[in-house]
Amino acid sequence: MSADTVSVTGWGRTAPTTARLVRPRSYEEVADAVRACGARGGIARGLGRAYGDAAQNAGGSVLDMTSLDRIRAIDAEAGVVVCDAGVSLHRLMEVLLPLGWFVPVTPGTRYVTVGGAIGADIHGKNHHVSGSFSRHVAALDLLTADGTVHTVKRGEPLFDATAGGMGLTGVILSATVELLPVQTSLMSVDTERATDLDDLMARLTATDHRYRYSVAWIDLLARGAAMGRSVLTRGDHAPLDALPVRARRAPLTFRPGQLPAAPAFVPEGLLGKATVGLFNELWYRKAPRARRGELQKISTFFHPLDGVPHWNRIYGRSGFVQYQFVLGYGKEEALRRIVGRISQRGCPSFLAVLKRFGDGDPGWLSFPMPGWTLALDIPATMPGLGSFLDELDEEVAAADGRIYLAKDSRLRPELLGAMYPRLGQFRALREELDPRGVFTSDLSRRLSL
Amino acid sequence: MKDAFGTPQSLLILGGTSEIALATARRLVARRTRTVWLAGRPSPALEAAAEQLRDLGADARTVAFDALDSESHEETLGKVFTEGDIDMVLLAFGVLGDQERDEDEPLSAVRVAQTNYTGAVSSGLVCANALKRQGHGSLVVLSSVAGERARRANFIYGSSKAGLDAFAQGLGDALHGSGVHVMVVRPGFVRSKMTAGMKEAPLATTPEAVAEAIEAGLRRRAETVWVPGALRLVMSALRHVPRPVFRKLPV
Ligand SMILES: NC(=O)c1ccc[n+]([C@@H]2O[C@H](COP(=O)([O-])OP(=O)(O)OC[C@H]3O[C@@H](n4cnc5c(N)ncnc54)[C@H](OP(=O)(O)O)[C@@H]3O)[C@@H](O)[C@H]2O)c1
Repeated sequence: MSADTVSVTGWGRTAPTTARLVRPRSYEEVADAVRACGARGGIARGLGRAYGDAAQNAGGSVLDMTSLDRIRAIDAEAGVVVCDAGVSLHRLMEVLLPLGWFVPVTPGTRYVTVGGAIGADIHGKNHHVSGSFSRHVAALDLLTADGTVHTVKRGEPLFDATAGGMGLTGVILSATVELLPVQTSLMSVDTERATDLDDLMARLTATDHRYRYSVAWIDLLARGAAMGRSVLTRGDHAPLDALPVRARRAPLTFRPGQLPAAPAFVPEGLLGKATVGLFNELWYRKAPRARRGELQKISTFFHPLDGVPHWNRIYGRSGFVQYQFVLGYGKEEALRRIVGRISQRGCPSFLAVLKRFGDGDPGWLSFPMPGWTLALDIPATMPGLGSFLDELDEEVAAADGRIYLAKDSRLRPELLGAMYPRLGQFRALREELDPRGVFTSDLSRRLSL
Repeated sequence: MKDAFGTPQSLLILGGTSEIALATARRLVARRTRTVWLAGRPSPALEAAAEQLRDLGADARTVAFDALDSESHEETLGKVFTEGDIDMVLLAFGVLGDQERDEDEPLSAVRVAQTNYTGAVSSGLVCANALKRQGHGSLVVLSSVAGERARRANFIYGSSKAGLDAFAQGLGDALHGSGVHVMVVRPGFVRSKMTAGMKEAPLATTPEAVAEAIEAGLRRRAETVWVPGALRLVMSALRHVPRPVFRKLPV
């Protein structure tokens, strides 16, 4: 098993810490690695797409799970796949789409592992219909601190602690995932513009139920009457008869395109308010006022940024913060206030994403709750950003909302309990399952999870 | 753990009554810092400083530490690290000495050198090694512009700071890739008890301004910070002034 001492960060490239990176290639090697962890513990890491410090462990071990990448079994009749935790959603799409199946939930990138998807209990544009990723996981194999492997079924307490548990209940070795049948590998997409935040919320509320997938890209630099102007893109997998005749012969091909990677070195402060503002303006103008039934590739619809490998480098050496929160329905006033403050402040944020969630998920630390979620990127060097986001946190907490741990790199620990009412239960279970704190991450240290 | 902006949750100050260090602690406590260790020579002032930080909501503790007693550093400081991770160490102790007297009394000059340089070497290494074992943390070292080019008027202090500065830079390079970040801070004239009663130099600044620069430096993961920032240019010009001219400069 190879092991190097390396500097590790999340996708936002902030707060690097050093750990022993081990790359187990079998379940036995995972168990060996966990046994060998030492006083500072270990944490599993997938493809490193969590923005903050969830998959870092200063001075301890980080288990790179991506070599555990076998698809163990596919039931092409029932639409179920059993695979190792290190398999990426990209790989699942490559293998499953030709068979007429799609992953049940995909976030804005295909480059997450199944283990990471469960650990962060990720959501996608279909949350209002399908819930989070873990809802579609029938069972998983979990290696716990005592070195034993448990098969944990959906509905069991250990399952709900693990779904969204940020890897702190143990190492997920494999999972059984239920799939979504599709006729084609294309998406049928409706696009429309919303002139401001109220217009946007009204449109989403009125018609979201008609779409399996729905999201709005919002220009947070627009102020005044245009505050919250956005472009809604919503759709579903295109049925076979929606394809042009020629394309119907091979309806399930999956060919995501890729552009050159972002350069390794980008000067600090490239993305100021002016450049980002200009970009957002052009992007808004370019969007059609209304267009129906446009056929798009899966990669275009779900994963536009995957087309540019290492796009996170454009923020330079100091990295960036992604801020994502959710506020329940009925808290629209707070949402307006927060959007207003962000636009007032002029955060040089590329398109932010607003989405409506459906019912909350059973994971104790799962993020979604019925309501509105907003996600935006901000360069970490922006002066005063730390206290500004603290103020927004206060608003979020006061409105019974919460911050997404998979994105977090800066939350004030005192607020966590209010945001996650089942935190006490989670801590108690960890105390019982892992009294020595074998599973530890920078995130768990920072927030005392 | 430090957050995305490099703000620490726990802080160890070497030189627990330093005005610059305490201004920094107050600033960081207002952000994220909860645990503060004040290491210093036991005194009512040290206890009062801890009390003040407690009033601001910090869990502040004191620990007896004498820069001149290098032998004891491993034990006294090592103990602090066993109580939990330290996200940031601020090496703040230092003495200015009295140049005129020190020129006449070599042993008192040696005390300046031993405090500012030797004491920093031993305590700095103890802390660096502990941070390295943690795999993270910042070691912030209060150097001085006086170390950039020694001046006639205070070359004893200046040379000790030059040694400290070079030591800290080298340590930063040695720790590169270890997860530990070393930041050398070079303030100009700071109004504190160290400079009380002295004639102010141009670009004089305050402990609060140094604290602010430290916080900003942490955010950028800077390796060198000048306070005020303009001193970087001033000093790079002064560095190239020929000796005969430099000798006569009224700085
Ligand atoms: N003030 C300036 O203009 C200026 C400019 C550039 C750099 N600096 C540097 O910044 C640092 C802090 O300065 P400051 O302005 O905050 O001055 P300060 O308030 O006088 O602080 C100096 C600190 O050093 C401590 N100290 C001295 N000898 C010690 C020893 N043997 N063992 C342990 N602690 C000892 C003092 O502790 P006691 O209470 O026990 O004496 C005091 O806490 C110093 O390193 C200084 O050289 C200052």
